Amino acid sequence: MKQPLLPRILFGAFVALVLIYLILPLLIIVPMSFSGTRFLTFPPPSFSLRWYAEYFGNPNWMQATRISLMIGALTVLIATPLGTAAAYAISNGNGRLMRALHLMLMLPLIVPIIIIAIGIFFIYAKVGLISTLTGLVLANVMLGLPYVITSVVAGLQSFDPTQEMVARSLGMNRLRAFLTVTLPQIKASVFAGGIFAFISAIDETIIALFISGGRYQTLTKRMFTALRDEIDPTIASISTLLTAASFLLVLLAMSGQKRTAT
Amino acid sequence: MSVIDPSDRYRRREQGLMLLLASPAVIVIVALVVLPVGWLMGQSFYDNGFTLENYRRIFSEDVYWRSFILTFRIALMVTVLTLILGYPVAYAAAHVRRPWDVLILSFVILPFWTSVLVRAYAWLVLLQRTGVANQVLERLGLISEPLALVHNELGTVIATVHILLPFMVLPLYSTMQKIPRELMLAGASLGGGPLHSFLRIFLPLSLPGVIAGVTLVFVLTLGFYITPELLGGGRTIMISMVVSRNVELYNQWGAASAVGVVLLVCVLAIFMAVGRIIPLDKMLGQK
Repeated sequence: MKQPLLPRILFGAFVALVLIYLILPLLIIVPMSFSGTRFLTFPPPSFSLRWYAEYFGNPNWMQATRISLMIGALTVLIATPLGTAAAYAISNGNGRLMRALHLMLMLPLIVPIIIIAIGIFFIYAKVGLISTLTGLVLANVMLGLPYVITSVVAGLQSFDPTQEMVARSLGMNRLRAFLTVTLPQIKASVFAGGIFAFISAIDETIIALFISGGRYQTLTKRMFTALRDEIDPTIASISTLLTAASFLLVLLAMSGQKRTAT
Repeated sequence: MSVIDPSDRYRRREQGLMLLLASPAVIVIVALVVLPVGWLMGQSFYDNGFTLENYRRIFSEDVYWRSFILTFRIALMVTVLTLILGYPVAYAAAHVRRPWDVLILSFVILPFWTSVLVRAYAWLVLLQRTGVANQVLERLGLISEPLALVHNELGTVIATVHILLPFMVLPLYSTMQKIPRELMLAGASLGGGPLHSFLRIFLPLSLPGVIAGVTLVFVLTLGFYITPELLGGGRTIMISMVVSRNVELYNQWGAASAVGVVLLVCVLAIFMAVGRIIPLDKMLGQK
């Protein structure tokens, strides 16, 4: 089925333009972050590392970065086992109840985040969790669960549950059968789910705007406030670092997932 | 005499165990989504006793109406644009040979996992008066004066389309990938031109992907906050911003809750309507 040349060229050009549009912001951010001037002309007239120095030398940015990383790590440590257990239940349990539970656990992706944010703000105000690490971690666990669950449910779909049955019929208890037979085979999906939860925790902004403060201000909250006031080139260097980090993490998650797929 | 079926008892125990395993996650979701949203709903009907005043206000005052209409208009624009831009990209990704499909998909997935704030910042830089976009247009001689590309509705739409395009491309791609190529060849062998085969065979088969993508993009735009806040220049007030302003600036919990509830009802109604055609978990699995 050979198509005429001209439409194919036009089609290819259109797709290429859309791809450029998709990648353009990332292409612009990186050279910007190495700019030597305060003003955002492109291409930058001179190159320097001053905006990186600005970022790494500023205790406020560093503190916010530490807080975000800590929240990300704790979120993964909690959301991954909780999400994996729930995904196992969803895959093994049957009937309407489990389907309803599955849907319920996907609620953080369905309900507009601003509604969740002000609701949490109010509830936290009542129980004294505003501007606390616990409060921030809990909120991010909630947001991360759907990612872990989706990833692990997908992993369990390609796993044959009779293997676990065999292990149990040979005398292993259920937990050991899961840990020694099932988990090793779905570990890439669990790992990928954890990484996605981490990225989502680092990236979360809207809830942090309402509930983070004082010592516990997240990096994104600081970035958002800085952006609302003026265009600060320091943000270009932070953005470049964030993009590089999420790029590496996604690569890591996907390479793991691919290995189990084959 | 009733006999208890042992397999039935086993099944019930099994179900209990599964509920137990799911319960920690369920507790987190109940405490941090169901409870807050439920409280919000209650709050929207409350002001020293039961009242519908909050709803009466948001349905009669101009500010609220305008923001609802603006939000739905932007959502519609963004949905149409992402479909126009995304369909060919997904089609290409599903049809080109090995290294190229990976390349196209990485161009889609890389921005997908890049921070929304980072992308909003990049668009601010690109689109400002002295920004790259204006410089290029001026140098090409297409414009003599810088255009106002940002701090308005246009800037919001450009950045929102960018953020949501992957939500359109990914469901489209996964649907298109499953359409057997032989069908198109069969269409061609029966004498249909490429356009004819596309319209009669491929397009209808790709509709589930279209529906999933359109729903996701539309609903996500309805709840957008960061992009209009940063790129809208304070004039493009979308519903999410009305909610946050009522809380942050005016401390009007009742009004904020009522607006939030209306937004939530719209979103849930759309999801439920579409859920009759495609299962929700399939749709959300794309993210």
